[in-house]
Amino acid sequence: MDKNLEKGKSKNFILILESFIEKYKVPIAGVSALILLGLPFMGFSQYIMRIFIMIGIYSMLALGLNILTGYTGLVSLGHAGFYAIGAYTASLLSLKLGANFLVAAIGGAVLAAICGLLVSLPTLRLKGTYLSIVTLGFGEIVKMILINWDKVTNGTLGLKNIPRPSMFGLKLTLVNNGMYYLMLVLVALITLLCTLLIKSKIGRAFMSIKEDELAAIMMGIKTTRYKALAFVISAFITGITGAFYASMIGFIEPNSFTFDISTLIISIVIFGGMGTIRGMFLGSAILIAFPEVFRFLMDYRFVVYGLVLVLMMRFRPQGMLGWKSQMPYKLPKLVKESLKKNNKDNLKTQQI
Amino acid sequence: MLKISNLNTFYGHIHALKGISMEIKKGEVVSLIGSNGAGKSSTLGSIAGLVRTQSGNVTFMDKDITNMSPHNIVKLGISLSPEGREVFPALTVQENLRLGAYTKKDKVKMSESFTRVYDLFPRLKERIKQTAGTLSGGEQQMLAIGRALMSEPQLLMLDEPSLGLAPNLVLMIFELIESINKQGTTILLIEQNANMALSVSHRAYVLETGNISMTGNAKELANDPRVKKAYLGIG
Repeated sequence: MDKNLEKGKSKNFILILESFIEKYKVPIAGVSALILLGLPFMGFSQYIMRIFIMIGIYSMLALGLNILTGYTGLVSLGHAGFYAIGAYTASLLSLKLGANFLVAAIGGAVLAAICGLLVSLPTLRLKGTYLSIVTLGFGEIVKMILINWDKVTNGTLGLKNIPRPSMFGLKLTLVNNGMYYLMLVLVALITLLCTLLIKSKIGRAFMSIKEDELAAIMMGIKTTRYKALAFVISAFITGITGAFYASMIGFIEPNSFTFDISTLIISIVIFGGMGTIRGMFLGSAILIAFPEVFRFLMDYRFVVYGLVLVLMMRFRPQGMLGWKSQMPYKLPKLVKESLKKNNKDNLKTQQI
Repeated sequence: MLKISNLNTFYGHIHALKGISMEIKKGEVVSLIGSNGAGKSSTLGSIAGLVRTQSGNVTFMDKDITNMSPHNIVKLGISLSPEGREVFPALTVQENLRLGAYTKKDKVKMSESFTRVYDLFPRLKERIKQTAGTLSGGEQQMLAIGRALMSEPQLLMLDEPSLGLAPNLVLMIFELIESINKQGTTILLIEQNANMALSVSHRAYVLETGNISMTGNAKELANDPRVKKAYLGIG
C-alpha cells in the first residue's frame, strides 16, 4: 500500500516537473543559454572552467555512445579506442602536416568512423556480452598499437605540444575562453545531430533493433547494416571529441585512453538514462564533478562513486532522467474529431 | 502464388522440416495446423528467410526466393506477423506502424496504408500516441497485424494470432482476418486453435513432426475423424 502511494507520488513529481518545463519552455531555454554563454564572465577560476570543459567533453562522448548503447542496444566497452584514434589522428595531422583544427578533427573523426565500421563488420553476429567483450578487446588493441608503434605515435612518451585550434586568426586558449566556447559549439552541434538522427527513419530503425531484432528484420529493416551504421556514427562523434580533447590538453599518451575511460563513458550513459539525450548532460555533470568535489575523500572517492552506481542500479535502474513522459497524450485533431462524432452518434442512438 | 516444393530445414542435427510441399493460390486463406514442435513456425521462418533451408524450393509469384535475405522478401510482398505479437514496446503505435512501412518510400502510398490500417483497427487510431507496451494483449495483436499490413503485402503470414487472447478477442481477430482477406490479401495462417483456423480458411495443411500428413478443403478437414480426434478434441 505504502509502496503504491510512493510510486504515485514520484509519478506526480515527474508530471509536475514536466508540465512546469513545458509551460516555461522558452524562458528556461533562454536562461540556461545565457548562463552557459556567460559562464566565463562569472569569475570562475581556470580550474573550474576546465572542469566545465571536461563535462562538455564527456557529454559528447556519452552522446556518441548513447547512439550505440542507448538507442541500438549494443553495449560497447571499447570507446576509449575510438577516442584515442580521434585524438591521435587529429594531433598527428596538425603536428606533422600543419593541418588546422577543423581539418584535423574531421580527419580524426573519419578514421575513427572507419575503425568503427571495421570493428562492427565481424562482430555484428555477436550479441550482448560477447559483443561487449570484443569491443573491450578493441580498446586494448588500440592502446597496444599506440604504445608499440613508436615511429608514428612516439610510444609511451606520447605526443607533445599539440597546437591549439585557431579560428578567424584568433588562437583559442583556456585563458581567453576560446576552448570553452568551441566546446559549447561542438556540444550544440552533436546534440542537434543526435536529436535529428533519433527523430528520423534511421533513428526508428535503431530503436526497433534494440526493442526486438526479429520483429525489426520482419519489417524489412537491414539490421546488420543499421547496426554497422550505429557503430560508425558513434565512433565518428567519439573521434571528434578525441580531437578536441587532444588540442585542449596539449599532450596525449596511450595511458590517457585506458579502459577506465570506456567504463566512465558507459557509466555516464547508464547513470543519466539510456536512450535519452537530456540524461547525458546530467550524467556527465554529476560523474565528472563528483571526484573533483569530493577531493577531500581522496583515496576513497572512487569507492563512493562505485557505491553511488550500485545504489543507482538498485533504486533507479532506468537512470536519473530515464523516465518516460508523464504528460497526457495529445491526441491528433483527426482522432479527437472522430471521437467526438462517435460520442454524438452514441448519444443519438441512446435517445432513440 | 506461393509454391513450396520438397523443403528441408535443419537446426543443427535436428531435421525440422522433412521435405514438405505446399501451394497457396491468390486470394486464399490457407491455414497450417499442428501440435507443438510440428514445424509450423519453421515453415514460416523458411518462407520469410529467417531460417536457412538445406534443400528444396520456395517460389513466390514465379520468382525463386529460397534463402533470400529477409528484407528482400519483405520488398517482394511477403509480410510476417511474428508469434507472441512482437511489437516494439517503447515506441508509440504510430512509430510501430511507420516501421512496418519501412520498405516503402512513397509518402502518398504510406498515408493510404495508414488509413487502411486505422479503418481496420479503429482502436489503434484512438491510441496513436500511446506506447505499444501499454496496450492490452488484443490491441498489441491488432498492432502486430496492422504493422505487417503497412508494407502492403501480397501474402500476409500470421503466426498464432490468437495466442494468449480472451475468447471474444480471438473471435474479433478472426473476423478481421476474414475482412483483410476480402480486401485482396492472401493469408497463410498458423494456429493451434484448429477449430477457429479451419472455420475462416479455404484450405488447410496438417503438419506432424516435419511432414504434411493431411491436406484439403478446410470444411472437409474439420469433419475428418482423425483431425477431430487429434486437434479438435472431439471423438
